[in-house]
Amino acid sequence: MGRVVLVTGVSSVFASTFARALADLDEGAGIDKVVGIDTVLPPGELGGVKFVRADIRAPVVGKVMAVEDVDTVVHLDVAMPTRGRGGGAKERNVIGTMQLLAACQRSSIVRKLVLGSSTAVYGSSPRDPAVFTESHSARGGASSGFPKTIVEVEAYVRGFARRRPEVLITTLRSAQVLHPDLDTPFGHYFAGAVLPSALGFDPRLQFLHVDDAYAVLTESVLHDRPGTFNVAGDGVVLLSQCARRLGRPLIPLPGVGFRHGPRRLVRAMSPEISPDLHRLITYGRVVDTSALRDIFGYEPAHSTEQVFEEFRAASRPGMLAGMGTRR
Amino acid sequence: MNDDAGTTPIGTRGRAGRGSPGSSPSAAARLLAGKQAATKPATLAKPAKRPPADETSAAPSGRTERARRLHAVTDDDADEAAREATGASGDVPGGIPVDEVLTALAEAARRVLGSDWERRLATMLATVRGRLGGDYSVDEFGLDPQIVEVVASAFEPIAEKWFRLQVRGVENIPADGGALLVANHSGTVPVDGLMTGYAVTKHTDRHLRPLGADLLFSLPFVGQVARKMGATLACADDAERLLRGGELAGVWPEGFKGIGKPFAERYKLQRFGRGGFVSSALRAQVPIVPVSIVGAEEIYPLVGNVPSLARLLGLPYLPITPFFPLLGPLGLVPLPSKWIIEFGEPVRTDAYEPDAAEDPMLLFNVTDQVRETIQQTLYRLLVERGNAFI
Repeated sequence: MGRVVLVTGVSSVFASTFARALADLDEGAGIDKVVGIDTVLPPGELGGVKFVRADIRAPVVGKVMAVEDVDTVVHLDVAMPTRGRGGGAKERNVIGTMQLLAACQRSSIVRKLVLGSSTAVYGSSPRDPAVFTESHSARGGASSGFPKTIVEVEAYVRGFARRRPEVLITTLRSAQVLHPDLDTPFGHYFAGAVLPSALGFDPRLQFLHVDDAYAVLTESVLHDRPGTFNVAGDGVVLLSQCARRLGRPLIPLPGVGFRHGPRRLVRAMSPEISPDLHRLITYGRVVDTSALRDIFGYEPAHSTEQVFEEFRAASRPGMLAGMGTRR
Repeated sequence: MNDDAGTTPIGTRGRAGRGSPGSSPSAAARLLAGKQAATKPATLAKPAKRPPADETSAAPSGRTERARRLHAVTDDDADEAAREATGASGDVPGGIPVDEVLTALAEAARRVLGSDWERRLATMLATVRGRLGGDYSVDEFGLDPQIVEVVASAFEPIAEKWFRLQVRGVENIPADGGALLVANHSGTVPVDGLMTGYAVTKHTDRHLRPLGADLLFSLPFVGQVARKMGATLACADDAERLLRGGELAGVWPEGFKGIGKPFAERYKLQRFGRGGFVSSALRAQVPIVPVSIVGAEEIYPLVGNVPSLARLLGLPYLPITPFFPLLGPLGLVPLPSKWIIEFGEPVRTDAYEPDAAEDPMLLFNVTDQVRETIQQTLYRLLVERGNAFI
């Protein structure tokens, strides 16, 4: 008997593409059915994925799991809001996770849970170590917004793991995915004509290629890889470097007034920056991926620079693009 | 040109450097006009400022003040004078031919950059273009080798000429593999960190990775530059990561207690933190190199502190030096003390088991050993150095 995989949050391009890829795997992979769940219809074709229109914030998700005989849950409905402050995001992320976990706990056939977490769980502050490993916890910057949400989500998943020790749990803390086709917070930020930044700070950033993200998720669905793993492309880029490569000018703004006065200016010039993103472009965040290589057994195919280069090649050149030379 | 300074305020009714187009030309115009022309308005304009003298000089000639003003050097006069003064090379103001300027520039480039200056200039321009295009790479800690190179060469004259730095015991820095450099901390502003980094870069081919307090990374600009120069946060994770990766890490375990101690307590080592650096070195199994720095204490003698204001600003101390708030920005110039940096014999840690890091008594003993080595070396170096400034 094959397996039935439930993928949450399929209305996003990322999750629906992943669900489709999973459904299109050949027979040898041992996946019978892929069920996608979300409140709104996905934008593109879902292929072999069975779509169920339901809200994971409601107990109905338990019924869906019982009816479909779901034994593997891939929770991808935890995402950093792309635009604005994302008022409803916290509700969806946290309450949705709680309901989903409650349903998983009731189900007797669920044997695997894959959580698509984020490196935002480490927060972002000047007291951070240069490189985060999986054993670190946030030292600052995780007291509000998306980082707080993701910390809470992971805490609920740990609670679930304690109550149902026989369920295999893979937590994938992925860095920011950057791809021209995906509407991610950083993709949105880099698309602006000018890039507002924090005066006097030049953060180190890491990006993840969408193919690597899919590969790691697929791997953890098909094989048993319990544990928590950081997923990111090798190496780092600086924000100033990104801006120069894109040919877009950085507009350094003093940190103190970023919230009110200059905020309007920022909004007029470029897409609005959420407080979480502002923190990230102030202090940056770098994670260690040796556990992914050594324990999980996956080598990211794209380095951070390659991910960024692919993104840059697809985006339209900025106003300063003629100033420097590239290889 | 000796009368320039004297005449400027008079001819311009007290406004320096402007001049009025009719009567008194500006200093620049007088320069153009040459010597004779330049003196002319000085004698003529002088009476205008002093009424008694004006009457005596004006009465015999019978001219009004208006007439005299008209007689002052105009732009045409100045041009004519300039043409007379420079002779044949008429259309170059100031009389320096273009080819001479170019030759001088080439000569300057040759002096600064050496004989193959054209190739080096091309390389430099390519580097600048590459940087503007974002075409460089940093490591995961944020070290940017090009920035390190630029800062090191900018720092060289300060270290060599101003502080007259002597470096000893460079052979004690391992040529490869990880090592932890442990140094005393002093001088109000962490110049000693920069100097140690400079000494290591100059005498070995390695970069020192300083471990700094978290205050450093929360400050704008400072933290950014520190990261690009290879500094990272002084925490066990970063230290062990660097050391395991075979890097040279530098710590100043006295921290703010050492750097912000009063001048009266100079060269008296403070407590060496909680010995965390020893446990990092033991875990990574790398040698500890004691570094004794003499000279940093005298650059900004800390004679006072404003704790309340420091607390308000979130700083560990707010220094008062004999010159700092008193002379304003001039007080920020460090005093030219003589520096000696001595790298001592490494304390080997590979004789201990890796789990020796769990033994607090051993940690205290090794910490004391390193501290005592540095203290004794400091006393010896102080005697050898003699006067701090001469």
